[in-house]
Amino acid sequence: MAEEKKSWRKPIKATKEMGRIMAEYFYELHDADQTRKQKIAWCTSVGPAEILRAMGFLVHFPENHGAMLGASRMATDLIPVANAQGYSPDICSYLTADIGSYLKGETPLAKAYKGIDSVPKPDVLVYNTNQCRDVQDWFAWYAEEFKVPLLGIHTHRNIVDVTEVYIPSIAKQMEELIPPLEEISGKKFDMDELKHVVALSRKCSDLWQEVLFTAANVPSPITFFDGTIHMGPAVVLRGTQAAVDYYELLLAELKERIQNGVAAVEGERFRLYWEGMPVWGRLSSHAKLFAGLKTNVLASTYCNSWIFADFDPEDPFMSMAKAYTELFIVRSDHAKEKYIEEMLDFFKVDGIIYHDAKTCPYNTNCRYGMPQRLEKKTGIPSLIINGDLNDLRMISDEQTKTNVEAFIEQLEERK
Amino acid sequence: MGAAKPVYVGVDVGSSRTKLAVMDDRRNLLGFAVRKSGTDFYATAERCLETGLQMAGVPADAIRYCVSTGYGRKNVAFSQDTRTEISCHAKGCYYYFPMAVSIIDIGGQDNKIIKIDDNGNRISFKMNRKCAAGTGAFLEEMSARLDIPLEDMDGLARRSTEMVKLGSFCTVFSGTEVLENIRSGKKVTDIVKGLFFSVIKRVMEMDSLTEKVVMTGGVVANNPYIVEMAAEIIGHEILVPEYPQLTGAIGAALYAMDIRAKLADTQSTEA
Repeated sequence: MAEEKKSWRKPIKATKEMGRIMAEYFYELHDADQTRKQKIAWCTSVGPAEILRAMGFLVHFPENHGAMLGASRMATDLIPVANAQGYSPDICSYLTADIGSYLKGETPLAKAYKGIDSVPKPDVLVYNTNQCRDVQDWFAWYAEEFKVPLLGIHTHRNIVDVTEVYIPSIAKQMEELIPPLEEISGKKFDMDELKHVVALSRKCSDLWQEVLFTAANVPSPITFFDGTIHMGPAVVLRGTQAAVDYYELLLAELKERIQNGVAAVEGERFRLYWEGMPVWGRLSSHAKLFAGLKTNVLASTYCNSWIFADFDPEDPFMSMAKAYTELFIVRSDHAKEKYIEEMLDFFKVDGIIYHDAKTCPYNTNCRYGMPQRLEKKTGIPSLIINGDLNDLRMISDEQTKTNVEAFIEQLEERK
Repeated sequence: MGAAKPVYVGVDVGSSRTKLAVMDDRRNLLGFAVRKSGTDFYATAERCLETGLQMAGVPADAIRYCVSTGYGRKNVAFSQDTRTEISCHAKGCYYYFPMAVSIIDIGGQDNKIIKIDDNGNRISFKMNRKCAAGTGAFLEEMSARLDIPLEDMDGLARRSTEMVKLGSFCTVFSGTEVLENIRSGKKVTDIVKGLFFSVIKRVMEMDSLTEKVVMTGGVVANNPYIVEMAAEIIGHEILVPEYPQLTGAIGAALYAMDIRAKLADTQSTEA
């Protein structure tokens, strides 16, 4: 039995167009970096990007760069550079990989986009702690390095219900960003422009949701691994027409697949939900592993985290405050469990995989008994795999493989 | 001379040892073999097969089907299918103890807690995390550090009068703790019992246990005192199969039997 099982995954045609708009995005930033004709803001991935765009900033997202460092498998060599500067191997490996990348002067952008040899230098750094505290420390390091202003929104955490107790204070913090941003950008804030950007973000979000929710179809036309690639525009281009146009294209292709009964994983036997971060450096091998077992990991909390159903152009600040606080990662375990339970039912899954990411406790939801509680409640079996988003030193591929194969064998026994 | 009786082979290529079981179609264990896996898994599996068949008294062409399992399950030239060691241990244990049980398997490189129901269906499983603490590799490392043969550990632990408690999660840190205890004049017997206790603790914290508990694996086969210590901790008897190191291989042989029967069914339906 020396042969590997054959794997098969259906490529998405729209990927080429995504590559084009992402390249445009990076080259525009690079051009601004070189000419300094347009101001550049760095922003956390679920931060107030809409405000920055409305004020004329081009926006760079260090988390996107962190994911690229992971996917290109450059991260593991760069993380130790930041470790040596006092940033522990136990903290966010986006942070350590990104700072290591800067210190070593290496970036995956250079490999992907000819002529770009570094990330664009910021004029301002803006974070939102809705995801974690690490983003604040991460941006603070760059603020010191570049001697540029650091602005932040401090979000409440572990929220059960998103109510009036929380929203106005977040909205107020967002409004308070305006005067310093006006000063940095040299532009007056224009409410109509913000409404326009929020409207585009809402459209992008709605389309992204439609894309992800096609996975409820049996067989699913998309995998979680596709989702982690195609979420790029939702992260870095939301608030632009380019993102809206892209998701219209992608959605049309997926709808066509559904119409023609095309499965993303040929012969889909099992349907799984992924809870937690992707293992960026293993996206392809994980996709092959599951496809080889005729199993589609088809939905995830992670990709769903860029659905902002509360954006309302008529009330930008309050609705942004709500949308960025409604996020899964901000919520209590009770709210998270309820959400996952709904998703398991909606996507008609046979099992759930929790990724226990060593350096990302905020995106790891299997450390406080949640898998056991959810399994008891839903009867849907779960598997925990140990790994990390970026640091491949935390990964045992053989253990992952054995665990996944054993889990599928367990599902087979239940059929 | 009539045709040899059909047999089914299961081979479990573990990180430390390769185990092989030969069973007849009435699920009797006819032959087995255990060897160090070494660096050439293919060759080790072949040598185990020779030994197993010889013990069973059957020629190679009596093999109806073979399933391989374990870390090197894909490195067995003569197997027709694979199953993970988790499924095979569950099946092998159910063969010995057909009831709902929690299985604690302590292997060379990893530990498992597998829960099966009354029908032998797997309910859940847990493997140790990245660290080798609590595995056979931990005891091997410590036997080298204490300069005592691995096979002497069980006897030494039994003679302990005042067990040394080791607190660390980590094999390296445990090694440092062992050195500290040697320096402070603690007896080797007490340290070895402490190591056994440490192995049990690392495994017990992986998952809760159900009422009936079975222990398997090479560590248990070579150190039966670990089972006695674990039984004392959980407060009731622990079941141990006749060949605790072979449960994975036996499970694989049973899978071979099932798969072969299914194939025969399919062929007869198609015909």
